[in-house]
Amino acid sequence: MSTSVQIKQLTMVQAITDGMKAMLEEDESVLVLGEDVGTNGGVFRATEGLIELFGEERVIDTPLAESGIMGTSIGLSVNGFKPIVEMQFLGFIYPAFNQIMTHASRMRQRSKGRFTCPIVIRAPYGAGVKAPEIHSDSSEAMFTHIPGLKVVVPSNAYDAKGLLIASVEDPDPVLFLEPMRCYRSTKVEVPENKYTVELGKAEYVKNGEDVTLLTWGAMVGDVMKAVAPLEEKLGITCDVIDLRTLYPLDKDTIEESVKKTGRVVIVHEAPESGGLSGDIISVINDTSFFYLKAPIQKVTGFDTPVPVYSLEQEYLPSMEKIQYAVKTTLSY
Amino acid sequence: MKMIDQFPIVQYINENGVFTQSEFEEEMTPALLQQLYEKMLRARLLDRKCIKLQRQGRLGTYAPFEGQEAAQVGSALALEEEDWIFPTYRDHAATLTFGHSMQNLLAYWVGRIEGSIPPEDKNIFPPAVPIASQILHATGVAWAEKKKGTNHVSLVYFGDGATSEGDFHEGLNFASVFNVPVVFFNQNNGYAISVPIEKQMKSKTIAQKGLAYDIPSIRIDGNDIAAVYIETKKAVERARSGEGPTLIEAVTWRYGAHTTADDPTRYRDQTESDSRRRTTDPLLRIETYLKNTNVWDEDWLSKIEDQISEEISGAVDNMEGMPKADIDDLFSHIFKDPTWQLEQQRKHHLAVKGGRD
Repeated sequence: MSTSVQIKQLTMVQAITDGMKAMLEEDESVLVLGEDVGTNGGVFRATEGLIELFGEERVIDTPLAESGIMGTSIGLSVNGFKPIVEMQFLGFIYPAFNQIMTHASRMRQRSKGRFTCPIVIRAPYGAGVKAPEIHSDSSEAMFTHIPGLKVVVPSNAYDAKGLLIASVEDPDPVLFLEPMRCYRSTKVEVPENKYTVELGKAEYVKNGEDVTLLTWGAMVGDVMKAVAPLEEKLGITCDVIDLRTLYPLDKDTIEESVKKTGRVVIVHEAPESGGLSGDIISVINDTSFFYLKAPIQKVTGFDTPVPVYSLEQEYLPSMEKIQYAVKTTLSY
Repeated sequence: MKMIDQFPIVQYINENGVFTQSEFEEEMTPALLQQLYEKMLRARLLDRKCIKLQRQGRLGTYAPFEGQEAAQVGSALALEEEDWIFPTYRDHAATLTFGHSMQNLLAYWVGRIEGSIPPEDKNIFPPAVPIASQILHATGVAWAEKKKGTNHVSLVYFGDGATSEGDFHEGLNFASVFNVPVVFFNQNNGYAISVPIEKQMKSKTIAQKGLAYDIPSIRIDGNDIAAVYIETKKAVERARSGEGPTLIEAVTWRYGAHTTADDPTRYRDQTESDSRRRTTDPLLRIETYLKNTNVWDEDWLSKIEDQISEEISGAVDNMEGMPKADIDDLFSHIFKDPTWQLEQQRKHHLAVKGGRD
């Protein structure tokens, strides 16, 4: 007798809904909270259908108050629930920053584990969808800097569901960033059953020999597009690594690839200074410095606010810049 | 009607030690009042000891509460064992009364993690330092109790300055919208460090802020432990029976500084504190009442003073005898399972130290 795993073709946003549905079904203590997540199904429809299935006691339309959502979720989580909180956009999370920084992330340490905050904070993020001002921020490094918080970023539907379920099952708070550009860009095969993708593990999107590209979120697709012609026309082969978890970084995968290629390009859409590239370079410095054949190249946003959308294509790492960086590492 | 008239200060025992709300005099028996007095005295003597220890360099910066004992003790005693309290750093009279250990309260002020950890069977949150942030935690915890179908409630402490923070308003709004069993217990001591309430708000009362959220609110004499105890009990019962949140404004006064690092003479005339000690003091009020009713007993007082002093010196000895803070506590409780970064940092730290403590 064999059990067949049902596979569906899903967009990332559908896979996220699927992940929440799986956890709401499995665990009575899981709640979904946020602005417009109930009747409206979320502004991106990520929670569509959940209130009909699980009722308004578990899928909760909250008042419009990010600190309030986060602070009450801290109370709910300490007292036995597992809230999945939706911040409507990462750019709107800042009113909740104090609750994340001074409470959720350090409750375990302050009480030596007596009180803990197993909360997943979901937040759409990133530029490139012509969203209004402030809606396109990519401030992940502000959160990887917070001790006690994990930061996760899927780049495709399969990972999104598996990482989301792993985040809900994680005993500590997790910021789960959802690249808006990837929400509906492609459909991939997603198992209908529950599965997890382990936090803290990067993935080789493709393998090569000459250059390692380290990236995450919507940049994964851009990097893949950028390296394709280099491989075809110039025979440059690349490791493209989707980091998937930004804290804790997957040190071993980074080390393994850098030791093989000796040439590294880091691509992220967050502003350059204080962006995560510095931390990644630090990992390389600690693990594989003597294997480097060229200075590490960075392709990032600028030290400007993520701009209004008439300028967002100027701001975002472009194919040209990624290709230029790859060629630069090979020029040494 | 003016707001100030809509929220008169409710008092049960006045400054002359006279019970003015006779229907509750039966409930507030002399034996109960003696018990309340003893708990206030216990808190006050600990508070004074903490200031002395700080001056001697045996305690770090400390936030005294003397003058606010009735508000804290009376409200904490109005709760049941399985309820939750959410203190700030100035609410040790409440946490002590609710069952925190004296040793751990002292430990908090020598920078020990143990100071934030309540006994196993006591639902006491670590003291909140960012102002008003705990109001949301209390609301969330009580909301969880409601979802679980228990009848346990939360009681959260905060000061007058906290009512300017967004988290105060968000907490009241969430509690109101979801009809959460939480008691918002404000101690209005007139000052947020140096800023007097007149500069903090144009509102004449804090109780009136509950109106915006359709939350029943009451303004009480926070130095009258009978009023605090009975009115908090009423609010707790409302919450317990599913009637939702209450906002209590307990009007009180801190005699001393904001913390031992502060000099209150820079922003207020401290003779007011002296005159208040002689007129509106919460312990004096009960003493006067018990004298008026011929229950006061000097022998009883010196007996409990001796007991408390002994308890305090035992707790100080225990605190000072605690083993050194464990380096593991720095790394072990950031996540359930430490990340590689934490393991690596710990290992490196210990290696450089060469095994020294």
